[in-house]
Amino acid sequence: MGKILMKGNEAIGEAAIRAGCTNYFAYPITPQSEVAEYLARRLPEVGGVFLQGESEVAVSYMIFGASACGERVFTTSSSPGISLMSEGISYIAAAQCPAVFVNIMRGGPGLGGILPSQGDYFQATKGGGHGDYRLLVLAPASVQEAAEMVMQAFSLAEKYRNPVMILGDGLIGQMMEPVAFPEHLATPPVNKDDWATNGMANRGSQRPNLVKTLYLDPEQLNAHNLTLRAKYQRMRQEEVRFEPYNTEVDYQVLIVSFGTMSRVCRTAIDNLKAQGREVAMIRPQTLFPYPEAAVREAAAKASCRVVLSVEMNMGQMVEDVERSVRGQRPVEWFGKCGGEVPTPEEVMEAVRGLLAR
Amino acid sequence: MAKGKTFKRPEALRDCPTHYCPGCTHGVIHRLVAEVIDELGVRGRTVGIAPVGCAVLAYNYFNCDFQEAAHGRAPAMATGIKRVRPDLMVFTYQGDGDLASIGMGEIVHAANRGEKFTTIFVNNAIYGMTGGQMAPTTMPGQRTSTSPFGRDAAQVGMPIRVAELLASLQTPAYIARQTVIKPKYIARARKAIHKAFSYQLANRCFSLVEIVSTCPTNWGMTPLDAVEWTEKTLLAYYPPGEIKTPEAAEER
Ligand SMILES: Cc1ncc(C[n+]2csc(CCOP(=O)(O)OP(=O)(O)O)c2C)c(N)n1
Ligand code: SF4
Repeated sequence: MGKILMKGNEAIGEAAIRAGCTNYFAYPITPQSEVAEYLARRLPEVGGVFLQGESEVAVSYMIFGASACGERVFTTSSSPGISLMSEGISYIAAAQCPAVFVNIMRGGPGLGGILPSQGDYFQATKGGGHGDYRLLVLAPASVQEAAEMVMQAFSLAEKYRNPVMILGDGLIGQMMEPVAFPEHLATPPVNKDDWATNGMANRGSQRPNLVKTLYLDPEQLNAHNLTLRAKYQRMRQEEVRFEPYNTEVDYQVLIVSFGTMSRVCRTAIDNLKAQGREVAMIRPQTLFPYPEAAVREAAAKASCRVVLSVEMNMGQMVEDVERSVRGQRPVEWFGKCGGEVPTPEEVMEAVRGLLAR
Repeated sequence: MAKGKTFKRPEALRDCPTHYCPGCTHGVIHRLVAEVIDELGVRGRTVGIAPVGCAVLAYNYFNCDFQEAAHGRAPAMATGIKRVRPDLMVFTYQGDGDLASIGMGEIVHAANRGEKFTTIFVNNAIYGMTGGQMAPTTMPGQRTSTSPFGRDAAQVGMPIRVAELLASLQTPAYIARQTVIKPKYIARARKAIHKAFSYQLANRCFSLVEIVSTCPTNWGMTPLDAVEWTEKTLLAYYPPGEIKTPEAAEER
């Protein structure tokens, strides 16, 4: 199939439909309202469900209810909206229901701004809601990758019976790029009769299904958390994704960067190469599970003097980089938030500053 | 076998004791809901939604699919289910703290959208599960653990009449209030629940039955005194009856 030129937000909406998810609940917020606007027109064409909820809190529970009765369902929002959904996300993760959340991040904290940001790294990877849960977090760096990750997210959510989050930034949502929707990424939904509340008669069962999150007995709650933990461990083994760049040469600096920011770093690396300086990059495509081993091994290369985490925030992922590098090399942070994406020149300047030390 | 009616457990209820206190009306309400589910023959496609409150464990007593909500969010979950699976019969079972305080936004908007599910709203004028704190439905002067000198309407307003508030919405709906404190009321409550579910099954409208209930434990009363106080004080402020029917709303 040929590529079509699409805005990131619209591609995200279309990708879900192509992946076989035609249930969407959302509340408007910049810079991702185009997803809802696109789907308000598009979903009726495919007999899907579109509903604008009264708040992100309510939306997260519409997602919970729909996924708990076994249907594929997703929502999109941006930072302040995800904060409100975090209560529901904790319940959905606890109840082990598959669902897909897209966060097209904007600047924070508080109302912040409406321009691109990566300020919700902690929220997405360490749990924005309460309790011991994890999301499987995918970070696209292009419209094409955003579309593919959305398509893959539904089967990943079902594989783990866990919410999956696509963590993009305002730029991914707003920019236009050619995009294709690879048909092989569309997988049929799995059978959920053993747990979903889809009506006993509908699944020919005499046993009611129950979707719950309350475990008053301490031993049972501990066992429940161990079950969740085992899933997160399995994600760590099976789902880590990253893209290395210029790692085959002898580099002095290793950059770690994700999403839109990694594209700028790529340009900076190319420019520095032209000036005779070798810099490599690991771009995590999954933020949880984090590509710890890849970062550690790349940092351990004999030529590498320092590791630089470049982020559109005040230094969040850098903590995972430090954790991965385990003190083998100094780890530094460079970033900016407020909405302006650091330029290649600014990244090059930061790298040169490290090398001059 | 002798002919006639035998008093037996509805299929939609499990054969087990409940954790509710003596004199609490939750158990009676469960039974009425279960009887109606049986009567309509919809147990196999029913999904109940338990609240956060004393009825959080309702799924241990009902014999059909269940989801357990977060505090106040049951109407949003019911919306999610009904939108993607309109063939399922969905009811939320919510207390007054759950529905009228933390979940007020969810219930108002679900009712206003005319979501095709049924809410059983158990109004006992107090927070039961957490030990008797003031609810939005607590009566003026009523002492609770967080209104130890009695509810002061000048400070916290008057109790909310949820049924009337929801009935003021322009969207057609079935909204009724009943109680189950005496046999004569029970039959009416049962009828209201039957009607509410029937409107849902006909894909007609949102439906809610408020049941004025007791919480002798947190009211600090004997079960008998609780019945008397409910009849005298609560029913005076929360009068039973059909407050809105879709027919009347559509005629306007
Ligand atoms: C977000 C959140 N806030 C507070 C609580 C604590 N809480 C549990 S039940 C409850 C009140 C329940 O009262 P009501 O809805 O009237 O039901 P009842 O127990 O009287 O049947 C509260 C405040 C909670 N579980 N979650
Ligand atoms: S605390 Fe009140 S509402 Fe809860 S079970 Fe006891 S009597 Fe019923």
